[in-house]
Amino acid sequence: MTRETQNKVKVTALDRILFMPVPGCPGCQHGTIGRIIAEVLEELELDGTAIEVIGIGCNSGVAMLNVDVVQGSHGGAPDTATAIKRLSPDSFVYTVQGDGDCIAIGAGSFIGALTRGELITIIMCNNANYGTTGGQLAPTTLSGQVTTTTPEGRNPAVSGHPVHVAELAATFKSVAYSARGALTSPAEYRRTKKYVKKAFQKQLDKIGLGYVEILSACPANWHLTPVDSIKWMEEHMIPEFPLGEFKDSDGKRNLPRDKQE
Amino acid sequence: MQNRTLIQGNVAVGWGALNAGCDGFFGYPITPQNEIPEWFASEFPKRGRVFVQTQSETGAIMMLYGGAAAGFRVMTSTSSPGWGLIQEGMSHLATAELPCVIVLVQRGGPGQGSIRHAQMDYLAVTRTGGGGGYKNIVLAPATVQEIHDMMQLSFHLADKYSNPVILLSDGVLGLVAETLEIRTLQFEPLPEKTWAARGRDRQGDKTRRFIHTYPSGAPPPRSCPNYVSWLGHLGEKYQDIIDNEVRCEEYLCDDAELVVVAYGYPSRVCKEAINTARAEGMRVGLTRPITLWPFPYETLRKKVNHGCRFLVVEDSLGQMIEDVHLAVQGRTSIDFIGLLDRHLPTDGGMILPGRVLQEIRRLA
Repeated sequence: MTRETQNKVKVTALDRILFMPVPGCPGCQHGTIGRIIAEVLEELELDGTAIEVIGIGCNSGVAMLNVDVVQGSHGGAPDTATAIKRLSPDSFVYTVQGDGDCIAIGAGSFIGALTRGELITIIMCNNANYGTTGGQLAPTTLSGQVTTTTPEGRNPAVSGHPVHVAELAATFKSVAYSARGALTSPAEYRRTKKYVKKAFQKQLDKIGLGYVEILSACPANWHLTPVDSIKWMEEHMIPEFPLGEFKDSDGKRNLPRDKQE
Repeated sequence: MQNRTLIQGNVAVGWGALNAGCDGFFGYPITPQNEIPEWFASEFPKRGRVFVQTQSETGAIMMLYGGAAAGFRVMTSTSSPGWGLIQEGMSHLATAELPCVIVLVQRGGPGQGSIRHAQMDYLAVTRTGGGGGYKNIVLAPATVQEIHDMMQLSFHLADKYSNPVILLSDGVLGLVAETLEIRTLQFEPLPEKTWAARGRDRQGDKTRRFIHTYPSGAPPPRSCPNYVSWLGHLGEKYQDIIDNEVRCEEYLCDDAELVVVAYGYPSRVCKEAINTARAEGMRVGLTRPITLWPFPYETLRKKVNHGCRFLVVEDSLGQMIEDVHLAVQGRTSIDFIGLLDRHLPTDGGMILPGRVLQEIRRLA
């Protein structure tokens, strides 16, 4: 649907946030993730104060929202978001990163932010491969999954097992919220949106860092149709990456910085 | 705090930054600059300013990216091994045209090298280490007072040109204690950072900001029609800096036949040697580049026209001498005293005035 058509129908706050067309590959779900974020920003009335920090990868450019956006290095988004939030505590600061951006090249940045318990929100899109560069091995690639750099399938003896970031994030004392959702059905869409909203709320309530991992389809690099991609996620990704909330803290025990208020 | 105090060079960095209106410091410990983050840790939070000890230098530089993108005055400090780690971020900051200040307290290299003083990062700093051929303004103080004052100049120039500025110190300047007058310097007023990402509703035009390193796609007020026009814009900015910001100190140069070229701590060693040589009747002076980029090529070139010869003194195997060669272009002789002329063959050895004087006598 073009912008003009949208305008003819009805211009809502959401339309103003999702202000440009999503240029993803057919069946790509990064646009859907963008819509979830836009809906939550609208519902919490945050788009005017939001600063989105994006990494390098499909996730960063596909769903461009009508909020202030800062894009820096590949993997450095949690650092960049840290500084913005510390210097401008009234801004609402979140990152949108891919799996490679977040937990491969950006692992130090990610773990640093989790360790310090920054009052930011991190959204990680897990599509089990490097989408932008053409489908290479990611830390989240499934065992046996064929990528362009694991042509025989990921061999755990050589390249290890897929990393479970939502579970990892939950182990940090300063992390207030960690969850994993998937975009395999309308019900899962609603659940994932609820996770994002709760994670955002942890920042608003100054409880601690919120993390949400979203399983998303990459049909172009998986060499599947969009519909088969959803099936593949249900049959292979979700058994490896269980959905749900791994941490939901009220923050009463471990946040000295906020207690100082 | 009294206005005059005995203070270490590394600590003077902090007072200078405070007087410059620095909003946030982000850094990782490394010798010999640890007094800098320690000062910020004790002095900044109680003043409502931000201090973050980062997980790495890589993290620190990307925090500068965020803080600068949001319109704040931000800085980090590091030493030579950390300089390598921040290069990717430096390239991004230069590309996104984000102002920030980086203090580099040089130590011996390469690799882990030594934790003592040296001047072995000149080429890495003036030629830039990240990809893409950007430029950093590089200021080289020689006293504790200059460190303090040049911190303020650094923040001013960073904002004026929307560009990273490097304050190049070293292990001697960082650790030496001297009398410092703490003062706030005045600079020309600068335009408001209307490009900064502060949240859409806080913008005067209520329009989103997009700070990124694909410059041709930037929306107003930082837009360029295409990639090449953007590179042209960068090139013009760098030329503007070359045309307007070259700084150097000339000491007893008017009638000098031999000009010593040195920056940082060795420049002070050279002054002492020159004073002795002058007393002995030798016509020798010192040119001390204060901006290492842009380098005072024209100042040295004029001296060539007057028949001067040069002696370069730097605590390395010879790096700044390349810039002196570029200025001279083979038209006169350039001699060199470097790290191999230290009084001890250890990382604690220094180039002392006696060694410089010996060379001046030989050349005069």
